[in-house]
Amino acid sequence: MNSDSADHLLRVEDVHKRYGREEVLRGVSFTMERADTKVIIGASGTGKSTLLRCINKLTDPDQGRVWLENQEITGRRAPVNRIRSQMGFVFQDFNLFTHLPALDNVRIGPQRVKGIRRREATTLAQEALATVGLKEKAQSYPAQLSGGQQQRVAIARALAMSPKLMLFDEPTSALDPELIGEVLEVMVKLAKEGMTMLVVSHEMGFARTVADEIIFMEGGVILEQAPPESMFRNPQHKRTGEFLRKISDLYGESE
Amino acid sequence: MDMQLVFDWAWLPRLSDGLIVTMQLTGACLAGGAALGLLLSLARVYTRGPVYWLASAYVQFFRGTPLLVQLMIIHFGLPTVGIRFEPFISGVVAMGLNTAAYQAEYFRGAIQSVRSGQTLAARSLGMSPLQTVRYIVLPQALRLVIPPWSNELVYMLKYSSIVYMIGVSDLMGVGRTISARSFRFLELFIVVAMMYLAVVLILTFALRWLERRVHVPGLTTTGRRG
Repeated sequence: MNSDSADHLLRVEDVHKRYGREEVLRGVSFTMERADTKVIIGASGTGKSTLLRCINKLTDPDQGRVWLENQEITGRRAPVNRIRSQMGFVFQDFNLFTHLPALDNVRIGPQRVKGIRRREATTLAQEALATVGLKEKAQSYPAQLSGGQQQRVAIARALAMSPKLMLFDEPTSALDPELIGEVLEVMVKLAKEGMTMLVVSHEMGFARTVADEIIFMEGGVILEQAPPESMFRNPQHKRTGEFLRKISDLYGESE
Repeated sequence: MDMQLVFDWAWLPRLSDGLIVTMQLTGACLAGGAALGLLLSLARVYTRGPVYWLASAYVQFFRGTPLLVQLMIIHFGLPTVGIRFEPFISGVVAMGLNTAAYQAEYFRGAIQSVRSGQTLAARSLGMSPLQTVRYIVLPQALRLVIPPWSNELVYMLKYSSIVYMIGVSDLMGVGRTISARSFRFLELFIVVAMMYLAVVLILTFALRWLERRVHVPGLTTTGRRG
């Protein structure tokens, strides 16, 4: 293995993915360090979500390698479940477990995957719910929560596993506008507390506030990668500038 | 001709014994059928290739042929190749194999109506496929399957009456025997019908109670809300 892979928290190397005739990812490489927050932007269909899913192997990449610290999840005999349990994943449409109250949704990971005893797992779950500000909703079922609350429970569910990295796949896209703020607030808080986060999102306000870097994807490759201010002020590619202008018109540049 | 309806209370203990046999038969075949049906449904949802095709062929065969024919094959056919069962066991085997095919379809429908995003979410936590099925899919599917499953229970209880043809003294069998001696066909079979009906009603209400008992807000057959 490459000796320097242990130096990065995440290392993605030349990932390809094809669906039928369409090559969605055409060789993506980048690295992340501890406490980094990176935001991936790009038009729909450019492979952003596929890339996130290739990182924790919810989707199998056709080619390329992914390391979390020194563990290669793409290795032939990799303990995929164990490596995956160290990466939190937050979905666009929450995907909470319908049959479980919020507390159980958050507790089931530590209890069943990590084998933590029920009492300690309960404490962990309560703490995670407190972090997202939903301690008082512990006994509510998903159907009894608003979209914003469901997404915060989903974040707590991922947090309770004490992940090394959190992957967010358009976490606010399915939310009514008035519910977006409460979710972003939690994410900003996590970023500031030093969580390593890779976020697919068009929330430019969020990107400008917390992102160390913005990754602009187009046609299945990373076209440009830079800190938010320099990318906004001085995009290297014409397409990047066009996209940033379009997205700023649509979403507004600031919070 | 005697136009009076007569019911002899002395018949009741024997009819009750028959009813117990009917309930044992139905209970045994439903339990066996549930276990086999669950495995078949998992094979049909989660596997490909030979296992999938075998499970599918099984379901097609047992749903596509009459239960009575299946019973005849098992009780009168199999002894030809040296496999011989007591009548009661033949009944349990035939009905169990048959209901397994139907239950497999009910389980399959319920499993498939659990939203696939939840499976992804479970895997993203690091759960194995087996843990995902056990902790996420089945707890929801088993709740959703209660209504179609209660129909199956009612069907099996009623269709179990065919086993009198291979000599089992179930409720129907006892009714036949007594009526053949007393010639009180109308009275006897009305009583037999009422006894089936009573059990069906009690079990239907019990399962409705269970359904309400394990109800979870937002869990519906489509798995979606709003």
